[in-house]
Amino acid sequence: MREFGYQRAYDVSGALALLDGDGEARFLGGGTNLVDLMKTGVERPARLVDVRELPLNRIEPAEDGGLRIGATVTNSDLAAHPEVRRRYPALAQAVLAGASGQLRNMATVGGNLLQRTRCGYFADVDSPCNKRDPGSGCPAIAGEHHNHAVLGASGHCVATHPSDMGVALAALDARVSYETASGAGELSLTDFYLPVGETPHRETALPPGALITGVTLPADGTAANSRYRKVRERASYAFAIGSVAAALDVRDGQVHDVRLAFGAVASRPWRARTAERVLTGGPADAEHFAAAADAELAAARPLPHNGYKVTLMRNLVVAVLSELAEEAAR
Amino acid sequence: MTTTTQGNATTQGNAATTTRESAGTAIHRSAGTAHTRVEGRDKVTGAARYAGEIPFADLAHGWLVLSTVARGRVRALETDAVLAMPGVLTVLHHGNAPRVDTAFVGMMGVPPDPSTGLFQHDRVPHMGWPVALVVAETSEQAREAAGALVVRYDREPHDVAFSARREAEAYPLDGHMPAVVEKGDLEAGLAASAVVVDAEYTTPEEHHNPMEPHAATARWEGGRLEVVDSNQGTGWVADELARLFSLDRASVRVRSEHVGGGFGSKGTRAHQVAAVMAATVLQRPVRVVLTRRQMFSLAGHRSPTAQRVRLGADADGRLRALEHRSLNQTSTVHDFVEPSAAASRSMYAADAHHTASRLVKLDVPTPTWMRAPGEAPGSFALESALDELAERCGVDPIELRVRNEPAVGPVSGLPFGSRNLIACFREGARRFGWAGRDPRPGVRREGRWLLGTGTAAASFPTLAMPSTAALTAEADGTFTVRINAADIGTGARTALTLVAADVLDVPADRVRVHIGDSDLGAATIAGGSAGTRSWGWAVTVAAQELRRSLAPGADIPPEGVTVRSDTAEALGALALKERHAFGSQFAEVAVDPATGEIRVRRMLGIFAAGRIVNPLTARNQLVGGMIWGISMALHEEAVRDRASGGLYGADLAGYHVAAHADVPHIEADWVDDPDPEDPVGIKGIGEVGIVGAAAAVANAVWHATGVRQRDLPIRPDRVLAGGDA
Repeated sequence: MREFGYQRAYDVSGALALLDGDGEARFLGGGTNLVDLMKTGVERPARLVDVRELPLNRIEPAEDGGLRIGATVTNSDLAAHPEVRRRYPALAQAVLAGASGQLRNMATVGGNLLQRTRCGYFADVDSPCNKRDPGSGCPAIAGEHHNHAVLGASGHCVATHPSDMGVALAALDARVSYETASGAGELSLTDFYLPVGETPHRETALPPGALITGVTLPADGTAANSRYRKVRERASYAFAIGSVAAALDVRDGQVHDVRLAFGAVASRPWRARTAERVLTGGPADAEHFAAAADAELAAARPLPHNGYKVTLMRNLVVAVLSELAEEAAR
Repeated sequence: MTTTTQGNATTQGNAATTTRESAGTAIHRSAGTAHTRVEGRDKVTGAARYAGEIPFADLAHGWLVLSTVARGRVRALETDAVLAMPGVLTVLHHGNAPRVDTAFVGMMGVPPDPSTGLFQHDRVPHMGWPVALVVAETSEQAREAAGALVVRYDREPHDVAFSARREAEAYPLDGHMPAVVEKGDLEAGLAASAVVVDAEYTTPEEHHNPMEPHAATARWEGGRLEVVDSNQGTGWVADELARLFSLDRASVRVRSEHVGGGFGSKGTRAHQVAAVMAATVLQRPVRVVLTRRQMFSLAGHRSPTAQRVRLGADADGRLRALEHRSLNQTSTVHDFVEPSAAASRSMYAADAHHTASRLVKLDVPTPTWMRAPGEAPGSFALESALDELAERCGVDPIELRVRNEPAVGPVSGLPFGSRNLIACFREGARRFGWAGRDPRPGVRREGRWLLGTGTAAASFPTLAMPSTAALTAEADGTFTVRINAADIGTGARTALTLVAADVLDVPADRVRVHIGDSDLGAATIAGGSAGTRSWGWAVTVAAQELRRSLAPGADIPPEGVTVRSDTAEALGALALKERHAFGSQFAEVAVDPATGEIRVRRMLGIFAAGRIVNPLTARNQLVGGMIWGISMALHEEAVRDRASGGLYGADLAGYHVAAHADVPHIEADWVDDPDPEDPVGIKGIGEVGIVGAAAAVANAVWHATGVRQRDLPIRPDRVLAGGDA
């Protein structure tokens, strides 16, 4: 593997100074994805700036009553935090549904947002891949795509975003904050990820050289009645083939407020706003939940071998919303 | 007066020994009680060194460069740039590598794996074929330089599309079983049957991927070639390396002390040959270690299979006709047969009995033996079909097997050595709670889960191969066994310790066993579930001879007293018989029809597999096989990309095996079944544990959902599609 430099930063300005806008340098969080990709040659940074020691490892109340999660908080600490578990259960469940205990002890919130797709063509440097090597082609479209995207993909890339955490954050209206040498900024999680279009190698709206400093969850009563369900072919330590994060507020049998996001079906956590519009104000029953799922999935463009995901997501939406409606009724 | 002392037989204890004192004579019994591995402490503390981590002075590191096309020729290798990179010592390829001779039939009765014919020509027969070895001072330098080597190919169209439709171009070939065996009039038998099951089953390409990657270090030392390796038989590898490099067999020494799993993949392969070539060229020690990704093309695999089973039976389920046809792939450079249909030849009686295994050549890496070759995929088809027949006849699946139990070999007509299949079903049914099972599918629900149970039979041939052993009575009252056995994680070293201790009538801690060194003499490999049986036989014969030759109370000279044994003659004198281990597999599964998720809830395997020397490691072996069966049923699938000819997701993130959370309550046990011919009573337990396991899970999925799943793995999308995906 390529020889690389390694430096450790102890504060945000120091990290930005060490990176120095160098396109061949990368910030290193837990390393649970970046280091793997370096071993296989998918990533070949000349330099790593380790940001794990940055003072961004706290979960604190935000000014608006929400919660601010530092970028270097580990997945384990995030999932175990009592306020996260009480007020945003879908987020804790999503984090625990991902990876393994050992990986969650290392992985950070900031790194999780920036993890790369697990598409097998992307991971194989001998294979074409528009995301890894722009313009080289996408073999998944005519090849293996059982676990590729059915929503929002393009003819250039059908890879999915692998994060569980990101799906919950998308449903919970999270905002991502970052800093660059020229100042701080913020993006909603749904704007944080770019549509695939013709540029699948451009994954986020972060400015070049930016450092993610944290994620903010807004105060949200509906979020307390939320959950995350992940479907995978083995019981643990596998990426989703479909997942749903949902928060539901039912009043008098009607959907008063709902948030819904899908995982493993698109290049980014997929906020299901069409389904939310159909659901809001309608009856909180399985028939209506299915109609909302169908409305969202009408935009699905499955490939020959991943059409099952449309059925799966429809069933999953009905199951998760039904469970939340039952819990709300208790 | 007779007193009996029971030793510490818990799994926590050290060597447990039952000692019975009778008339002043202690009778030690080690075999049959639970013993932790004699090298267990070394392994868990890291003191046990594996092939890739044994230090050598002046060690250089080789890194294989694999082809990125599936068929064609190497036109050019741009080595100059790579030779100029830091630390690079040499680049070996077809233009400069030493010549090797691959035109021989080795110890296993087959030609060497074609990947041992390394760098001998410019042809590329499959994706991942080794085209160069970059050697450098450090492993990192070698890897970086290997990645930088530009190789130009003349690409040719390739064909990797395996499917049942290729049967028309397939050919039968005898492997370690005959390809085609036919008895009786099949069509007449089917025509006369009240019930006919005719079904097609498929299993995907599967890979062994032992935890420890393949690794070899070669050096020339005092005029001898010495290789430190991780393999299933040092004699096997030494013999093949000697033939490949035209060396005197005595001038090659191969050692392999600890092996982190083999499963059929660890014979002579490209990495040992590469290490020997580089050590010869550079005249210094060279190590070559495969990456996980490289293992997917260089360590062999289990071929995908397409199988068709036709069963004809009377209304009460008694078989009139049994046909099992299987198709597998091989490479264009080697014939390897996965004899899936052969697995049916010893199972059930039928007047008409036809079995055939056929091959189709594709531009893929050469498949090889993988745990229970033939039996694992073959039992999925046969035992699923039996379950379908039970359903059609309205007969309980266990009762169906009882009704078709043969008195002698169904095709061979030979007597069975012993056959305790029905005892396994009876005991399994009792322990699993099979009695009173509602046979109707799709009627048990618990929340979002549909529940079902299934069963299947297991069998695996009982083999013994000639081996030699040396046993020394030392002057200090201890004993040393020298036998070129291989402990690939099975616990063989411990089992042989116990076997020797019992014959010598001493506590197990007075016996030390040396294995894994080709200088120890001729012995069979760890394979065919025959290792411990074959080596235990040789150790027993030597120990018996040593006891006879030691005069009671006589002093042992300082150099000790050594006897040697060779079992070739005794094994050659065995009469022809049907010799097999058997077993019954039971599984309970939960299926969510809305998401296609399948979770195994519990599993039980009861085996009749000879005398169990060490219950602790035996249970480990059998449960390991059953877990592999869960993986085979639900997870394992190597997906070959038709466009590139390579694998998609060739790593353990992409190629799934069961995780801990997939392994619920799982239990393996056995019925009393000592082999009457083996001096220890051993049959062999290495492979029977996986056999039938996938069928038991698939049959349980049918019982849960009412849908037959005839294609493995049973993925969620296949459940959602109702068996049509």
